[in-house]
Amino acid sequence: MGTKETEKKKRGFETFAVVWRVPLIAWQTVFFLGPLLFMVAMSFFVVKNYRMREAFEFVSWAKMLGRHTFWDAYGYTLLLAVCSTVIVSLIAFPAAYALAFKTSATVRRWAIFLLVVPFFTSYLVRIFSWYVVLAESGPVNSVLGFFGLGPFTMLNTMFGTMVGYATLTLPLVVILQTVSLANIDNRFIEAAHNLGCGAFRTIHAVIVPMAKTGLVIAALFCFILSFGDFVSPYYLGGSKPPTLAILIIDTTKSGQQWPRAAVVAVMMMLTLFTVAFSSIWYAYRKRGSR
Amino acid sequence: MSKKENRGRSQQPSRRQVLKYSAAAALATPFISRAWANTVEINMLAWYGHGEPDMVGAFEEANNVKFKPKYYAGGDNMLGLIAQSPPGTYDIILSDGEFVQQLNAAGYIEPLDAGDYPFDDMLYEDFTKFPGHWDGDTLYSMMLRFGHLGVSYNKNAISEEEAMSYSCFWKPEIKGKVGHFDWHLPSLGMMSLYNGNGAGLWDLDDAKWEKVQETTLSLRPQVGGFFDYGGTFNSLKNGEMQAMVGIGDWITGVLEKDGAPVASVVPKEGGIQWTESYCIGKGTEKADIVKKFIQYMLSPEGQVKSAQMAAYPGFCITKGGRALLNEVDPKEAKRTGQVDGMANDPITLIKEGRIHYRDIPVQQSLEDWNDFWSEYKNA
Repeated sequence: MGTKETEKKKRGFETFAVVWRVPLIAWQTVFFLGPLLFMVAMSFFVVKNYRMREAFEFVSWAKMLGRHTFWDAYGYTLLLAVCSTVIVSLIAFPAAYALAFKTSATVRRWAIFLLVVPFFTSYLVRIFSWYVVLAESGPVNSVLGFFGLGPFTMLNTMFGTMVGYATLTLPLVVILQTVSLANIDNRFIEAAHNLGCGAFRTIHAVIVPMAKTGLVIAALFCFILSFGDFVSPYYLGGSKPPTLAILIIDTTKSGQQWPRAAVVAVMMMLTLFTVAFSSIWYAYRKRGSR
Repeated sequence: MSKKENRGRSQQPSRRQVLKYSAAAALATPFISRAWANTVEINMLAWYGHGEPDMVGAFEEANNVKFKPKYYAGGDNMLGLIAQSPPGTYDIILSDGEFVQQLNAAGYIEPLDAGDYPFDDMLYEDFTKFPGHWDGDTLYSMMLRFGHLGVSYNKNAISEEEAMSYSCFWKPEIKGKVGHFDWHLPSLGMMSLYNGNGAGLWDLDDAKWEKVQETTLSLRPQVGGFFDYGGTFNSLKNGEMQAMVGIGDWITGVLEKDGAPVASVVPKEGGIQWTESYCIGKGTEKADIVKKFIQYMLSPEGQVKSAQMAAYPGFCITKGGRALLNEVDPKEAKRTGQVDGMANDPITLIKEGRIHYRDIPVQQSLEDWNDFWSEYKNA
């Protein structure tokens, strides 16, 4: 084959690839990059008499970043998201492990289907169901009362918020972890056993490193969803204290301060970008990791 | 052909029948669509519940109109929504009484003709010249209903005697069980009343404002949560919250009718009146039908609908409305004190000086109050 022909073929292939990429690029530009840039621009606008006006002023930045309220909410949101990520990942792992290694492919398929089922119902509806279940007069406390325990206050607490976050993220994290673990070649695990590794050492030295990418991505999704969630901290956590998502609502509700809300949103985006890039760098750091 | 076959065939439509019905349907289509087209859509901006069938259903049916409600929570939220919409977006605006002046100042509402409304039937003199609703002799907003805010409590946790003072919010037994309706204005107004500011509760100099903030912050350890409309209902209903700051019978009334052991009282330090009034949106092309609707809501029938509103009840403002309520729903009239001569008659409470109309801060901006509210939630 001549060089010209090879080049022609290569060019044809590139065109083909570019055409396939266009919808994604267009989508991201219109629905992500465009709104993101507008949000950044909006953070410099000003509000007068409830009406937002285009401007380039730093008043909203100074106002929000200069208030301890913002930093308190920031710290609390970060804490909640980290706790949610750690707790949900730890709860999900045994389930994912069992589905990946201890069940047949058919059972695994059914389990994954059942893990998708909760998403058929609105998240808000599921949260309001928890409102009934976790109430002091609700079924959980009734059962505990039968054993002479409680009643415990679970609503309007950090525990309530965590339950909400788990409702949102746990099924997804289990699915991602399961897929990641199921891709591990069983022969590596058998080899570890042959070399005298116990169950825990096999998990620690073989399974977790080999499934690292999937596990980190699952945790990252959990963090992102928890960090930006409004529903759980508001309805199950009683907005006490407010998270950044609640602060956005508060800011816009009174005085229609969209530029200040944009400042909070930009700070949230910066945090998420930092966490996401760090996680992905960590996940793919070693060659050969899965 | 057998009779059976003949019968079976006669039950099927003939080609001629199919053509006839198709032609009839085709010819009727323009009339049907014209009938639909004649339904006038009225865009309403209001608190939740005002555009629901129990309030507007009968009027819609009688006048071939359809309400398209957009709901808000809080007067500043309402102002923001109007400010960001083109003129004429909302045909009718249900405003909190204290925000009418701002709507008028910003040019968002049309003047009304006072002669169109039943001012001679008002239950109380003040309602005929309600603050902020008039600019000189020009009427800009027509009061529809009102209600009182005070101590809302669970009867199993707080006695009626205890509830007669805002100090019950600090009761050690209900630590973590005091909720806030998540809007700064009524909650901070109540703290101002508790501090003894009485009729000057909105007009606070620096020292008094400082003191209100101190009092409010001292309540923070008692607070179990900050709730929106739905959350306030739920937390009182399931007993999660034993007392609620910033509300009144407009929420506990609905729960009480449902059998929950909750109630609201106007404490000795005084209560706050919320007032809801209709305005006609600037630039609307449907002013006539909107005026007709306002007249309907001020008729005895409309006033009863407002008093029985499913989302949250409000007191009648006309004598005719109160009379009809006593006739058709004496139980509700008695429960809410809307019976002449009752001790908790809302009009009597106003006359005794125990009620103060909700207003906006005089010496601070709404932004100052909201900023403090955010800090308080974070404390």
